[in-house]
Amino acid sequence: MKKLISSVSPHFHSPITTQKIMLDVIIALMPAAIASVIIFGFRSLLVIGVCVAVCVFCEWGFEKICKKENTTSDLSAVVTGLLLAFNLPVSIPLWQAAFGSIVAIVVVKQIFGGIGQNFANPALTARIVMMTAFSGSMTAWVFPDASSTATPLALFAKGELDSLPSLLDMFLGVRGGCLGETCTLALLLGGIYLLVKRVISWHLPVAFLGTVALMSLVCGQQPLYQLMSGGLMIGAIFMATDYSTSPATKWGKIIAGVFCGLITVLIRFWGNFPEGVSFSILLMNILTPYIEKLTRAKAVGGAKR
Amino acid sequence: MRLHGTKVPHHKNTAGSVPVPLPLPKEVVIPMSMHIGRPARVVVKRGDEVKVGTLIGEAEGFISAPVHSSVSGKVLKINEITMSNGASVQAVVIETDGLQETDESIKPPELSDFDSYVAAVRKSGAVGLGGAGFPSFVKFSVEDLSRVEAVVINAAECEPYITSDTRTMLDKTEFIFKGIEAIKKFIGTKKFVIGIEDNKGECIKKLKEFCDKTDGVEVCVVPSIYPQGGEKVLVYNTTGRIIPQGKLPLDAGVIVINVTTLAFVAEYLETGMPLVSKVVTVDGSAVKEPKNVIAPIGTPLKNLLEFCNTDSEPAKILYGGPMMGISVPSADVPVLKMTNAVIAMDEKEAAPPKTTPCINCGRCLNHCPLRLDPRAISKAYARNSGEDLEELYADLCMECGCCSYVCPAKRPLVQTNKLAKALLREYKSKKEDKK
Repeated sequence: MKKLISSVSPHFHSPITTQKIMLDVIIALMPAAIASVIIFGFRSLLVIGVCVAVCVFCEWGFEKICKKENTTSDLSAVVTGLLLAFNLPVSIPLWQAAFGSIVAIVVVKQIFGGIGQNFANPALTARIVMMTAFSGSMTAWVFPDASSTATPLALFAKGELDSLPSLLDMFLGVRGGCLGETCTLALLLGGIYLLVKRVISWHLPVAFLGTVALMSLVCGQQPLYQLMSGGLMIGAIFMATDYSTSPATKWGKIIAGVFCGLITVLIRFWGNFPEGVSFSILLMNILTPYIEKLTRAKAVGGAKR
Repeated sequence: MRLHGTKVPHHKNTAGSVPVPLPLPKEVVIPMSMHIGRPARVVVKRGDEVKVGTLIGEAEGFISAPVHSSVSGKVLKINEITMSNGASVQAVVIETDGLQETDESIKPPELSDFDSYVAAVRKSGAVGLGGAGFPSFVKFSVEDLSRVEAVVINAAECEPYITSDTRTMLDKTEFIFKGIEAIKKFIGTKKFVIGIEDNKGECIKKLKEFCDKTDGVEVCVVPSIYPQGGEKVLVYNTTGRIIPQGKLPLDAGVIVINVTTLAFVAEYLETGMPLVSKVVTVDGSAVKEPKNVIAPIGTPLKNLLEFCNTDSEPAKILYGGPMMGISVPSADVPVLKMTNAVIAMDEKEAAPPKTTPCINCGRCLNHCPLRLDPRAISKAYARNSGEDLEELYADLCMECGCCSYVCPAKRPLVQTNKLAKALLREYKSKKEDKK
C-alpha cells in the first residue's frame, strides 16, 4: 500500500484563492475601463495596455533577477496596472505611463517583498511620484475632440463655478479627469460587485464617502458634487480598500475611512492642491499598522491585563 | 449576538444511515490511552481469555479511564504502538473467537448517591465521545455541586460528514433523557440546554417531543456555521456565558457533555456494559458506500473502509472530521473510544493546496470564532516572541481550523498556531521560574 498523506488539520479548504480575488477586482474594474473608452476615446485602451503590460513584465523580471518564485499568475500586477492607468490623464505620454508602472511594481511593491508586504499602495504612490515628476502632462485633461478642460475640482479652486458640468454629467463621468476616475456609475457598479463577492467590506468606503459628504455639508459645499469629483470614488472603492495597505479589522477600516475623508476634505477646501484623495490614502497607509493594533478585537474569554 | 466562524460544506450524506454492525475482525488492537490523561495500566497477560466487557486496563491516577475488551477471545500479545499524536503506548492485541460472550461480571451498577454515580461513570470507561476524549467522570467530580448551574448538551455535530451524534439523537433519544434524569437526581442540576445546529431538523423535532415531557430541558437551535460544537462557542451561543481563559466550563457555571457520551452513560447505568463499541461514520470522497457502522473498539480502520467499499488506495485517512480530524499514518490503526468518524479521501480531495504569500486580507481574523488574529500570531511566532504571543492570546486558540479554511493564500495557520502555543507555554513557564 502506498504512503498516506499526513498533514495538520484542517483537511478542507475554501475554494477562494488570491488569484480569484484579483480576478474579481479586475472584473469590477471593467465597467470603468469601458466608460473610459467611451468618454476619452481609444487612446485610453493604449494607456491601460501599456500600464498592465509593463507592470506584469516588471513583476516577472524582478522576480527572475532576484531568483524568486514567479507570482504573476496571482494577477495582482494586472490590478496595479489597471489602477495606475485609471489614475492617469488619457493624454499621458506612454513612456511616462511605463515609468509609473516601473515605480509601482519595482519600487513600491517588489523591493518591500512583493504582494502583501508593501506598506503603501503601489498604483497610488506611483501616481503621486508622476504628479511630482511630470506635473504638466499629469494635469492636461484632453477630450477625444481635442478640447481640453479643467477638472471640476480645479474649477472649484479657481472659483469658476459657472463652467461646472451638471450632476448628471458628473454621474456619467463626462468631465475632465483621469481616465478611470470620472464615471461614478461604472465605479459604483464595480463596488457593488466587490461587496456582493465579499472581496471588500462596506466599512471603509462608506466611512470615507460618508465623512466627505458630511464635511461638505458642514462646510457649505454640495455633497453629491464633492462625492463624484476627483478620484474619490475610485479611491474609496478600489484604492483605500487594498488589503496590504489598509487595516484588516472592522473598526480599523471605519477609522481609516473617516481619517481619509477628513484629510481629503482638508486638502480640497483649504490645501494648495485641488484634490487630496491620493494623499489621504497614502497617509492612512502609513498609519495602518497602528490603527490595526489599536482596534484589535478583544479575544473572547481573554483574561484582562 | 453569536459566535461563529465560517460556513463549511456539510456533506451529511449518512444522516439517514441506520448504524449496521461490522463483521467481527480477526483481531483487535486496544490501546491503553484513548483519553486525555494518564494511560491505563494493563491488567491482563498473554494467553488470558477475555470476554466482551472484561477489564483489560485499570485507570491510573485521577485523570484517566479504564479500558475494556470489546471482543471475546484470547490475548495474543501486549505491544507498544505509536499513537497518531506520536506518543508510544501499550496496546492489548486480542484474537477474537467469534462468540462475543459477555463477561460474567457485567451487571448494572448500584446507584444510591452522588458518589456512587460518579464512580459508575468512571467505571464505565466513558470519555468525551465528541472527539476530545476527556474522562467524563472528571467533569462530574465537582466538590460544590451548587456551582453547576446548567448542563449544556453538545449536539451541534458541526464537523462535515459526521452523523454519529445524529444517529444517537434519532436512535437513542430515550437514553439522552434518561441521562438527563440521572444528572438531575445525583447532581441536582435543574437546567439543561441541548445545543444543536439547524441542519438537523429531524433530530430537533424528536428532541423537542421528549422535551415537552421533561422539565427543565430546552433545545437551543444554533445556525449551522462552523464551529458551533466548539465548547466555548456552544456555551456562549446557548447560555451567553464566557468560559474564562485557561479555566473550565465549570468556572462559567456549566458542565458540557457530548450527546452520545450522555446517552452511553445512561445505557451503562441500565446494562453495566462499559464502552466497548462505537457508532462510526465512514465517509469521504474515497468511500463508495458511505455508512454508519457499529465497530468494536480496536477494530483496524481498514475493516471499516473495506466494509464501506472504499478505494483500495485512498490518499488520506482521518480520525474524525475534515476540520479538526487527525490524519493517520496507515489504515491499520484501530478505532478508538472517541472515534466518531473515519474519513477516507481520494487524491483530488486530499491534494495539499498551494501556499502563496499572505495578502493581509484579514479573512482569518474576521472568521476566528474567538476573535484572535492568526495573521499576527504567525508573525509573532516567526519573530519567536513569546511576549507578543501572550498579548495576542495565542493560547486561547482551539484549533478549529476556520482561519486555515478561509485563507485565500492557503497559509497553514492552524499549524503555526499549534507551534505558537507551544512557544508560549515555554515562555510562560520561564516567566514563572523567574518569579
